[in-house]
Amino acid sequence: MTLRIDGVSVALGGRTVVDAVDLEVADGQVVGLVGPNGSGKSTVLRCVYRALRPDSGGIRVDGTDLATVSVAHSARIIAALTQDNRSELDFTVAEMVALGRSPHRPRGALTDEDRRICREAMEAMDVAGLAERGVLGLSGGERQRVLVARALAQRPQLLVLDEPTNHLDLRHQLGLLKLLRRTGLAVLTVLHDLNLAAGACDVVAVLSGGRIVATGTPAEVLTPGLIREVFGVEATVVAHPDTGVPQLLYSLTP
Amino acid sequence: MTTPPRTRRLDRPGAVTTATVVLTVALCGSAILAIGSGGAELAPLDTARYLFAGITGGRITPDEITDYQIIWQIRTPRVLLAAVVGAGLAVTGVAVQALVRNALADPYVLGISSGAASGAATVTVLGGLPMLAGHGPTVGGFAGAMFAGALVYLLARSGGGLTSLRLVLVGVVLSFGFQAVMSVVVYLMPSGESTATVLFWLMGGFGGAVWTELPAVAAIVVAGIAVLAANHRRLDVLSLGDEAAAGLGVDAGRLRNLVFALTAVMTGAMVAVSGAIGFAGLILPHLIRMVFGASHGRVLTVAPVVGALFMVWVDLAARTWFAPRELPLGVITALVGVPVFIALLRRRAYLFGGHR
Repeated sequence: MTLRIDGVSVALGGRTVVDAVDLEVADGQVVGLVGPNGSGKSTVLRCVYRALRPDSGGIRVDGTDLATVSVAHSARIIAALTQDNRSELDFTVAEMVALGRSPHRPRGALTDEDRRICREAMEAMDVAGLAERGVLGLSGGERQRVLVARALAQRPQLLVLDEPTNHLDLRHQLGLLKLLRRTGLAVLTVLHDLNLAAGACDVVAVLSGGRIVATGTPAEVLTPGLIREVFGVEATVVAHPDTGVPQLLYSLTP
Repeated sequence: MTTPPRTRRLDRPGAVTTATVVLTVALCGSAILAIGSGGAELAPLDTARYLFAGITGGRITPDEITDYQIIWQIRTPRVLLAAVVGAGLAVTGVAVQALVRNALADPYVLGISSGAASGAATVTVLGGLPMLAGHGPTVGGFAGAMFAGALVYLLARSGGGLTSLRLVLVGVVLSFGFQAVMSVVVYLMPSGESTATVLFWLMGGFGGAVWTELPAVAAIVVAGIAVLAANHRRLDVLSLGDEAAAGLGVDAGRLRNLVFALTAVMTGAMVAVSGAIGFAGLILPHLIRMVFGASHGRVLTVAPVVGALFMVWVDLAARTWFAPRELPLGVITALVGVPVFIALLRRRAYLFGGHR
């Protein structure tokens, strides 16, 4: 599975939000999309999970232009964790995760196979114990894990995640990112924490003002110069003593 | 994992089936009881015998003709209509709440009922359109409902299809518009008949039930329920919002078009024959979700039976409590619905939209 974003541009309300973005996610690769607020990260993801049509450019999965297949078809290949994910109805956790099977089974009863897939997804995200709880009564972090479990239950080839570590405590942040690596799925994820991005991603792409300003391995991309230019922040980059992954240190004193 | 087993909802798989069967039996019993009750009381066995005669064209003795007429020509269509409309209101209420993602939505929030009332009032003022042989107001009501539905649809549509908030806003605003039109019609051409028509449409009632109008309403309501129930999983997804729906392979804009069209036709048909019976379409969905959980698969299985059962009893209460006067149905739905709703709301941890 290879995702190729080719010259995608999006204008919202007359303003260009995403400007000729090129990006590739290869099989089994975890690609992190970072950038300041309003740089167009979520908009790029929305195009990939079909909530938005790009004004120009195309998104291809293994050569197939997504614009030529149904939304239901792409949802069998691509699962998304969206930012606007509040439910109005108090589904149980088990029901919410089971909705991940809906692209595969829009009508009719779920099979034993579907149920097994859901159970595995819930166990992977450590939410099996919440199965009978209502989603509206969960904490933000629990809900986030439930929604990731739903995405896993879709059995996609590509996971698209908009700030998946939002609301998660440290253990679950690291757990989720480790899990993403373990699944072997292609992952395109927006991350705010650059240190987590550096540790979890094979490739980091930096968006600024709707354009990709750098793409490469974390070590190539996350340099003090780029951090200053894009985020307007002074950072010191050190290598992680165990893994060698670049980590950013910030100073709060001027 | 030490989470205690949850006991607040009857959502184990067998529970819904059992509940549906029990409620269906209760519905049949209630219908026979309701058909036998009223000005002329009949024992359930006699009622059943007349019903059997009516269905099979069997024989009755000459002195039974009056009772038979009351049972077969007046009460049976009335009770059946109550059941059909109750089922329809419960289901359209569920669908509209998923459609606009709003707990306060009911089938009338989309402006359909006020459109129907204006249509019916206009036809009445115009003399009832004699070529429609007494069905003038009903036909006018349905036409008004469809006109209102089309108008709401066209005005609420934006680039990507219907959005939840625009639908509610346009629907509510147009309701006021249609009510104004109706008031103008009644004001400019005052007649006892047009005022009575408008009142009937605003309050709702099954007093006008006749066999000739029943099949069309029943067919529309049953077909609508079947299509909505077949799409229960897509309704679940729709209720999660457009972003999540896209990620789960549902084109929210297109599904909303379908649900809107279905609920508009169903509501229009129901309002045309029975007026705008308030409150049932708002609280029945919540009541059902409190007991059976939120999943549309379960809710839409049990909602038609609950709605039908509820409305048969409401209609019975309306015509027997202060007989021979009839209470407007909206009064009973509120009198019965409010305490039950509040009691359930306080007893169970019911959440909608993240508010406790």
